[in-house]
Amino acid sequence: MLPHAEMVHWLFATGILFVGLCLLCEAIVGQEVWRARPWRKYLWPGVAFGMGVLLWPVMAFFTNSSIHMYAHGSWAEVLMLAGGAELGLVHGRLTSPLWRLTWPLAFAVTGTAFIVHEQNSWLFARSAFLHHLIGWTFVIGALVPLALVLRPRSVVLQACMALTIVSVATMLYTDRDVAPVFDHLSPLAGAPHR
Amino acid sequence: METSLVHEIPVDAARRSAPRARAVSLIGPVTVAVGVIWGILQPYRLTILHPRGQGLWWLVAEPPLLVATAGVVFALVVAKPLLADLEKHDAAAR
Repeated sequence: MLPHAEMVHWLFATGILFVGLCLLCEAIVGQEVWRARPWRKYLWPGVAFGMGVLLWPVMAFFTNSSIHMYAHGSWAEVLMLAGGAELGLVHGRLTSPLWRLTWPLAFAVTGTAFIVHEQNSWLFARSAFLHHLIGWTFVIGALVPLALVLRPRSVVLQACMALTIVSVATMLYTDRDVAPVFDHLSPLAGAPHR
Repeated sequence: METSLVHEIPVDAARRSAPRARAVSLIGPVTVAVGVIWGILQPYRLTILHPRGQGLWWLVAEPPLLVATAGVVFALVVAKPLLADLEKHDAAAR
């Protein structure tokens, strides 16, 4: 009854895409208009926090090794931390802008976990390629939320943050459990199931 | 000198011409279009086209449909009220 791992990736990609679109809109209209309705300011931080919570069952039901469990557990923790900190900031409970450092932390931890827990080389299979690509995207992309801590009003940086997240969603959508990448598929990966 | 041409730009036209409003109103439809184009290019990823014998998850998790759904939800839930707020904000600023 459990879905394939690739399906879980697609469902998370949808949540990540939605967050990216919200961030893009916020960058376009500005914070004042975006927060004109109270519910909207909680929207994308709430979705991010919710995805962090949902990563726990993913960790429990879909990990088949210790290193996978640590990776998924660390994503759940840092996503809940960053989403929760953002919720606290928009609500006014948290006032120090330094709480926004939780985002570069989340990016760096996520990227490192992606790279470390992928044991195969880039061209082993599509999922291996995507693990390396997403990992490095997060590690390098961590510079964007870090720069946003220093220049929170920069529209260019806000748009970069949104597009980084949309690009991660795109990569997750292309994931398959067993599929070739650039015509490469290791015989050790198994047979593509559809 | 008077002319029979337009004297006043209608509010709707002014809103449409505002680049920010146009950008916001395009995000949802563009996302839906991406999902539809993806479905046309890779129809085998749409199990809804051949649903017989498919399990629940194969019918629920169809990436092109998920992208299109995200676009629809975004357009209706986020972009539509946001455009109204943007219009109000611009009107108040005038």
